[in-house]
Amino acid sequence: MTSLTALTISAAREGLKKKQFSALELTDAYLAAMEKARLLNAYVVETPEKAREMARASDARLAAGQGGALEGIPLGIKDLFATEGVHTQACSHILDGFKPQYESTVSANLWRDGAVMLGKLNMDEFAMGSSNETSYYGNVINPWKRKGSNAALVPGGSSGGSAAAVAAHICAAATATDTGGSIRQPAAFTGTVGMKPTYGRCSRWGIVAFASSLDQAGPIARDVRDAAIMLKSMASVDPKDTTSVDLPVPDYEAAIGRPIKGLRVGIPKEYRVDGMPAEIDALWQKGAEWLKAEGAEIVEISLPHTKYALPAYYIVAPAEASSNLARYDGVRYGLRVPGDDIVDMYENSRAAGFGREVQRRILIGTYVLSAGYYDAYYVRAQKVRTLIKQDFDKAWSEVDLVLTPATPSPAFAPGEITDPVQMYLNDIFTVTVNMAGLPGIAVPAGLSADGLPLGLQLIGKPFGEETLFQAAAAIEQAAGRFSAWPCW
Amino acid sequence: MSVDQQTVKRVARLARLKVKDEDVPRLAGELNAILGFIEQLNEVDIATVEPMTSVVTMKMKMRQDEVTDGHYPQKIVANAPAKDDDFFMVPKVVE
Repeated sequence: MTSLTALTISAAREGLKKKQFSALELTDAYLAAMEKARLLNAYVVETPEKAREMARASDARLAAGQGGALEGIPLGIKDLFATEGVHTQACSHILDGFKPQYESTVSANLWRDGAVMLGKLNMDEFAMGSSNETSYYGNVINPWKRKGSNAALVPGGSSGGSAAAVAAHICAAATATDTGGSIRQPAAFTGTVGMKPTYGRCSRWGIVAFASSLDQAGPIARDVRDAAIMLKSMASVDPKDTTSVDLPVPDYEAAIGRPIKGLRVGIPKEYRVDGMPAEIDALWQKGAEWLKAEGAEIVEISLPHTKYALPAYYIVAPAEASSNLARYDGVRYGLRVPGDDIVDMYENSRAAGFGREVQRRILIGTYVLSAGYYDAYYVRAQKVRTLIKQDFDKAWSEVDLVLTPATPSPAFAPGEITDPVQMYLNDIFTVTVNMAGLPGIAVPAGLSADGLPLGLQLIGKPFGEETLFQAAAAIEQAAGRFSAWPCW
Repeated sequence: MSVDQQTVKRVARLARLKVKDEDVPRLAGELNAILGFIEQLNEVDIATVEPMTSVVTMKMKMRQDEVTDGHYPQKIVANAPAKDDDFFMVPKVVE
């Protein structure tokens, strides 16, 4: 019998139903694998006791012929999601010791469906980063290595712990969040599937806020089907989040295997950026050919404001972050560093508690929102956002979805990119999707010359997640699966 | 627009971040690099464009104005670095 941790969610679901193994056995297999994989630093906290307790409860429900859609499935939870009584610190020093008194809606939905929590996953501090190098808890190591090399690589970010854990088989799937690419870029770097749904599909309640108009939760999973199973449970209509959209959650899994014949797939010419590696371009063409071979129609389209998405993002996201992060002042939770008076205490606490990248973004955000600059920066960026969204609105009259590369390169080494603006360019293909609020999925499509995974991205219409799963499954079928296992 | 060291100090003060003097030149350089990157937005014609306020057209949700939650001060202060009964403790503000 293959190792229990090698099973996808859909395979584990079958095995549990047929009583081939128990939920407790499955959970124990993961807990043992996590212990052996600690050098990856994917988990910041392991919760073995809670996991076993939840697994036993799953076994009881399964024995009674009950059980939800994720009954007994062991998951990792990004440290950004509030989990009642369990470490929730956005991997920041400023939230030291914080244990929420409540559960996020997304994680509560997963527990409602029977999932088991293995622990909290490492991430870039406050989800600000593209390489998981800004975490207070240290770098996450990508389970993949370059061919013939043993040197560590980054897993991408900000959901680096989620992506690394899924790729290393130390959770069946993981929750993640995406503000500018934080689900799709790490998924592409680790050969996993990452889905950022439409803004408003998953409740943001109980997720530590970074940039409220961009943040959206979604899954990282081993294959397209597992991502669909996860999203079905994570998504909901939530009265506790005013931006939660009042639409029923479809059965995403049903979309997998639907023929894609007749789907019109747009190839935006503006994504052919200067200096893009030839292998990324080749992969992109291959992706289009795969879809064409299945009967999809490939259409060249134009999204003229693409190049302005990243600069506009670096106004909107820091502005909203500076406002959201104002709450960390050493009074209600987390770190407090004493000072001469209350303002001194605030300033000391925030200086000690926030890392360099977070401080940089707070300063930029405060600057662009400061008196006299609001119109020149924030309002201008929000107007550019309208133009980006209109580009897509026009495209939807011609196509059903858009195909692009997921990232401009495969995974790089820690310390390789030190210039902040250079690091931001990692999100060049993903950030437009957040700016327009659209759903996007990253699906593994091939390996680089160095043997590292490369991903393609599909972008859909608002609430077009089913079409994305349908087309992503076709790419997966053609490309095959990529496993990090030979690497470590 | 370029940020000088005085501006960095002013913005840090607004953001309630204590910045060491020796870090100010580095921060000014980093902020200017990011602002330089952002500058390309000035070439976009936005004269007749409305700012984006929501991703999907939807009506702001309203609910009945009634108390639906609360009455657990112990939970509210549970994570406070300093507390006294149900109160957050801060350094003296008013003499």
